[in-house]
Amino acid sequence: MTAPLLSFDRVTYSYPGVDVPALSDVSLEIEPGEFCLLAGLSGHGKSTLLRAACGLVPHFHGGHFAGRVTLSGLDTREHGPARLGAFAGVLFQDPETQLVMSSVRAELALALENRGNGAAAVARGVEEVALALGIDSLLDRTTHDLSGGEKQRVALGAALAGRPRLVLLDEPTSQLDPVAGDELIGLLRRLNQEWETTIVLAEHRLERCLSSVDRVIALEQGRVACDGVPDAFLSWAGHSSPALQTPAAKLFALAGLGPVPAGVRQARATLRAHQLLPDEEPSRIAKPQPAQARAKAKLRRVARPAAALEYDGVWHELRNGPAILRGVTLRVQPGESVALMGRNGAGKSTLLRHAAGLLEPTRGRIGCGGRVALLLQNPGDYFVHERVAEEAPAQALAAVGLAQMAQRNPRDLSGGERQRLALAIVTGSGDEPAVLALDEPTRGMDRQAKGELAQELRRRSERGQAVIVATHDPEFAAACADRAVLMADGRVIADGTAAELLAGGWYFATETARILSGAGGALLPEQGAELLRTREAGAETPTDGQRAAHAIAPGVT
Amino acid sequence: MKAMSFFYRRLPSPLHATRAGVGALWAAALSLATLLLYHPLVLLALLAAVLCAGVGAGVGRLLARSMRTGAIVWLPIVVVNVLVYHEGVTVFARLGDLGPFGQGNLTVEGLVYGAVIALKVMLLILITTLASLTVDPDQLLRILRRLSFRSALTASLAMRMIPVLAADAQRLAEAQQTRPDGPPRGARGRVALLRAVIGGSLDRAMDVAATLEVRGFETARRAPRVARPWSRHDVAFLVSAFAVFALAILGRLTAAASFNAYPELHAPIGIGTAVLCVGLLAAVLLPFADRRGIDA
Repeated sequence: MTAPLLSFDRVTYSYPGVDVPALSDVSLEIEPGEFCLLAGLSGHGKSTLLRAACGLVPHFHGGHFAGRVTLSGLDTREHGPARLGAFAGVLFQDPETQLVMSSVRAELALALENRGNGAAAVARGVEEVALALGIDSLLDRTTHDLSGGEKQRVALGAALAGRPRLVLLDEPTSQLDPVAGDELIGLLRRLNQEWETTIVLAEHRLERCLSSVDRVIALEQGRVACDGVPDAFLSWAGHSSPALQTPAAKLFALAGLGPVPAGVRQARATLRAHQLLPDEEPSRIAKPQPAQARAKAKLRRVARPAAALEYDGVWHELRNGPAILRGVTLRVQPGESVALMGRNGAGKSTLLRHAAGLLEPTRGRIGCGGRVALLLQNPGDYFVHERVAEEAPAQALAAVGLAQMAQRNPRDLSGGERQRLALAIVTGSGDEPAVLALDEPTRGMDRQAKGELAQELRRRSERGQAVIVATHDPEFAAACADRAVLMADGRVIADGTAAELLAGGWYFATETARILSGAGGALLPEQGAELLRTREAGAETPTDGQRAAHAIAPGVT
Repeated sequence: MKAMSFFYRRLPSPLHATRAGVGALWAAALSLATLLLYHPLVLLALLAAVLCAGVGAGVGRLLARSMRTGAIVWLPIVVVNVLVYHEGVTVFARLGDLGPFGQGNLTVEGLVYGAVIALKVMLLILITTLASLTVDPDQLLRILRRLSFRSALTASLAMRMIPVLAADAQRLAEAQQTRPDGPPRGARGRVALLRAVIGGSLDRAMDVAATLEVRGFETARRAPRVARPWSRHDVAFLVSAFAVFALAILGRLTAAASFNAYPELHAPIGIGTAVLCVGLLAAVLLPFADRRGIDA
């Protein structure tokens, strides 16, 4: 039996000035070569556990620490993060704060140089890690010119340059688009399989990585609530923590099927075994645009009431730089909810900034049917006061369910509460905005908070507000929008109903849609389960399936 | 969204292709020449050389912008000098009693000397800008790290934090603009905003410090010496630096660049001055003629 690479022995830890422990009596062991996923809601101890594993807790953060953590046989109380860094590479959530040098090559070399490697070893280490991560073409680029995905890869490269035995990652995909996120998870899997690097990954979007991991450790209130293989975790989540269920697991639970699948492939195999997945090509069975949605789209074209927000051939061209928006024409009706999707740098944020008047188009015109409230990516940027009550009017706080928290410090709120407070700030208490625009509002949010936000957006849409959300999260888009717009290179490349757009792809598709090959336009587990029940009853025809799926879809036409 | 930024970016130019140590030495030689020489014509030749070098390095537009911004510095120098110094003999305006500035006899000599000092300041700003845009700071800091590791890394971090904090400030300002009633107003509002900005910066600094900790800053050792063959550009700019330095010394020691402002303007223009101007232009610009092996 091999010695554990990382072990926690009855670890309890509280941050300075905080009475409630962030970790409570945590005991676990991680063997060399394991790929572990840390699951849990926001604020339940995932990041703290990672920081304790690399010695930042308690050396950097201070606080009360009890118990023992050993990494590669070294006690973290006796050895600081610098010494432990030789065994553990760390990647945090925000790549911006993890790049400390000006060029990629210098960034990758820094950790190797700090550890006293010779010039040849440094050069070889840089070259090898760059090749392994496919960032060799970036070596001579300056770090502030890189895209978000590139920065995250370079930061990962810097963490891996010394070939550590353990890599600790704290929500590394939260700022990445679905393509870059999947690439990063694939890369980690490859590192784990080819180099036998031990990986501990904290992540909210479990469906993205569950099929790649060997083990899942779920934390609740700083305690280990579940520790087992993905199947065991999913069974546990099904009855003990539904907020941690993946869409596939929820789909199977609602449809009364088993075993609970860890990913799309396993789910499809089970459905095929139950003869619930036709052998036909997905394109033949998928009817991406339901008849009702087509009718509505036609109605929209014919009736054309006054738009809440209208972009007419909008260009945004940088002086001495590229065009960020290229002739975007888009019309959003009152009461419509639109999900803006696309890769990082596609122009989504710029489009929303134009709506709120933060940017002026260099060509084209933007018309608004009233005030546009824009909620930017980081809710913390809105908070300037010490009390919630000072940030937004009481009426606005009540509208987002924060009236009870008026006396609290905004920075002490949870991720979901912070987002709601920011929403109260931008919407205010006066006239309701005609348009509510949100830029990547679910970044770093757990599934429960996302669900609450989606409901809030649905309510606003039903009240007649036009809602437009830029998001990388297809599940959230499906839950809150009835129309989806896909952008690439500053252009709108696809515009249709959510059922049409989020059902037929690989990256910009929900897990339910990928499992069911987009059949019936079912995007959410509830819709998929209804479709499966219909099929199980033997009454499956595409039309019936579509009807069933759309009959129960909240707000989906 | 970046339009123009005053940060180092690797471009295809001979200066960018030169090792950082030589690039820094070349910039130092230009600065020394600026400090040693006073003759307006020679300084103008140097200005032309620096601007052309900027164009040759692909950063001409940024230098021009820097020159415009530099007016905040050089314009007051000229105005104050002409108001304060009355040692010249050629009066072009009598303003009477100017209180703390004494009698307001404005002289041509005061004006010209102010312009010369302003030109020197402008040149120093441009040379610094050119160096910061074309000399790889990581390579330079690597050299310095062999001398004082922590100071060099702190400098490196400070440089890295500038664009990060600038982006943070931009984000915060945008968020405040999207409030229905605009950003917080009044003294209390401004204090609250300032507190938020400082708090955000400290949070950023904490995150960066945590990153450095796990990258081994605590146990950091001296950077290893990297043997790198001398490229044609390294040699060309090194020769250029020595040539500029030699011409500056020569100009200072001989009558070729002699200049006196007071009591009467004395700036002879002879063959020596012309040779010095042409020499400086050639020494600065010739290394840009060879554009082989300058991949970005």
